[in-house]
Amino acid sequence: MSFLIDSSIMVTSQVLFFGFGWLFFMRQLFKDYEVRQYVVQVIFSVTFAFSCTMFELIIFEILGVLNSSSRYFHWKLNLCVILLILVFMVPFYIGYFIVSNIRLLHRQRLLFSCGLWLTFMYFFWKLGDPFPILSPKHGILSIEQLISRVGVIGVTLMALLSGFGAVNCPYTYMSYFLRNVTDTDILALERRLLQTMDMIISKKKRIAMARRNLFQKGEVNNKPSGFWGMIKSVTASAPGSENLTLIQQEVDALEELSRQLFLETVDLYATKATINIVFDRVGKTDPVTRGIEITVNYLGIQFDVKFWSQHISFILVGIIIVTSIRGLLITLTKFFYAISSSKSSNVIVLLLAQIMGMYFVSSVLLIRMSMPLEYRTIITEVLGELQFNFYHRWFDVIFLVSALSSILFLYLAHKQAPEKHMTP
Amino acid sequence: MASLDRVKVLVLGDSGVGKSSLVHLLCQNQVLGNPSWTVGCSVDVRVHDYKEGTPEEKTFYIELWDVGGSVGGASSVKSTRAVFFNSVNGIILVHDLTNKKSSQNLYRWSLEAVNRDLVPSGVLVTNGDYDREQFADNQIPLLVIGTKLDQIHESKRNEVLTRIAFLAEDFNAEEINLDCTNPRYLAAGSSNAVKLSRFFDKVIEKRYFIRDGNQMPGFPDRKRFGGGVLKNLHYD
Repeated sequence: MSFLIDSSIMVTSQVLFFGFGWLFFMRQLFKDYEVRQYVVQVIFSVTFAFSCTMFELIIFEILGVLNSSSRYFHWKLNLCVILLILVFMVPFYIGYFIVSNIRLLHRQRLLFSCGLWLTFMYFFWKLGDPFPILSPKHGILSIEQLISRVGVIGVTLMALLSGFGAVNCPYTYMSYFLRNVTDTDILALERRLLQTMDMIISKKKRIAMARRNLFQKGEVNNKPSGFWGMIKSVTASAPGSENLTLIQQEVDALEELSRQLFLETVDLYATKATINIVFDRVGKTDPVTRGIEITVNYLGIQFDVKFWSQHISFILVGIIIVTSIRGLLITLTKFFYAISSSKSSNVIVLLLAQIMGMYFVSSVLLIRMSMPLEYRTIITEVLGELQFNFYHRWFDVIFLVSALSSILFLYLAHKQAPEKHMTP
Repeated sequence: MASLDRVKVLVLGDSGVGKSSLVHLLCQNQVLGNPSWTVGCSVDVRVHDYKEGTPEEKTFYIELWDVGGSVGGASSVKSTRAVFFNSVNGIILVHDLTNKKSSQNLYRWSLEAVNRDLVPSGVLVTNGDYDREQFADNQIPLLVIGTKLDQIHESKRNEVLTRIAFLAEDFNAEEINLDCTNPRYLAAGSSNAVKLSRFFDKVIEKRYFIRDGNQMPGFPDRKRFGGGVLKNLHYD
């Protein structure tokens, strides 16, 4: 009986998450595009729903909500479904939509998408070989095999993103403060941009007028065609057309300059906006920190450690989960806006769903580290005998590599920037 | 040779609808071979004969400013884009006939261009709740062009064209539907070419030949909110 109640609770929460994912997709990701294939939206929402359910199960584990056996059952079920989606459905649909975009292969797109999926599976399988992630006594299609591989990819991704973020964040804030953008700077840059556009326009006017004159002259001379016409056209247009190509080259250079100036102006506006936001926020702290402050202050030294450890670990895990989900969604949205177009939007959303699923699965693996011992057992039970230590070490290694390479990258990028800003 | 007078026409629309192909077709009478992303603004010039075939025929330069980007972009991009929207004499709104959202976004594009978007953060409060009064006193001539006509299936054509007709009526503008990869649609003498020519004539007329209280040549059409005082420093 209790199993039924528990299951209904789980199902309602899953439906809620599904609805949230659906709304997020419609309102944020795809708000400038038209949803022609509802499959994409469904897949995205389903991935999101099951990923969130995993976190929900962790929280339930800590709180001790629901029956232990029904929790275990739902863990297993959830894991199976997520793996099914991440390994079978999403890659297949990615291949399908890529193939649909290519006009040549349109006829046999099912065939080609199956082929693509098989290639993906081959590489996915090969991925597990060099890593010491399993004890050798498991079969081929067991959950452990699949999870281990998904976990490797997800952990690598997380480490790369964290490494880059850890370096990039302080760097950007520092550069924003050091640059101290004023309104006159922006105005000066805008004036340069408009001047460049005027120069481009005047050159294009010359080209257009020259071409029109040639066209009008050409109409008169077109009647005597053939041999003499050819010779006449060569001698008549040679000096004119040389001029045109020269002007065209100048126009190309000026257009490149105008693009640079435009991007610099956008950058300056963004800097100014960020400075405003940061300065506005200095006085306020976010509600969680304030809550903790109040709790520590008013409860005094009488700390019942046992009583609070459960709640604190719950809060900690909850914070980690919520901020990582929020951060991920924001990053996904920004990334999506930056690179998508009306043709590739379906493929990109599915790629994002895949990344999101893998990210969440590996989060579960890594979160085990920050949970107290008694709560780790469920994860260890469900996920089988994975070598968790390997994942933690792998995360650290990739994090270091990513941080170092982003330092190098930012240093190189920074070296080029001062030269740009020094030209008057 | 004496330089001709000029008018400035904006070409607005979502990214990927085909503005660059359209501008290339209008100015160089050729199909654009390798369309790529427009960063910032790209300008091209068309030489137009005002009142062609009549004794008052005069040649003008029409500058087509193709401003790229998405209407829901970051506020920094919007502020930078706004610098191109000064002293505009005409607006061509381009949308993709296969993508309904792109035609809905035209309302927001036109509002951004005539600087009615008073909220600088870019959050537009209305979303499809279009108020006709906002365009009642709009002096700038508009033209609505729908692209990718060839990709609409025969069966859906009527439905799409009716919807577009309503859209053009809302803007009080003419509409042209074409395919930018086929110059046949704008061939001389076709109805599309006549509409285009009429639109350019109207733009030139408003700029040079009609003097009412609001409009004097050489001044920007609208001051900009939140920067109006600073902006006047531009034009010495």
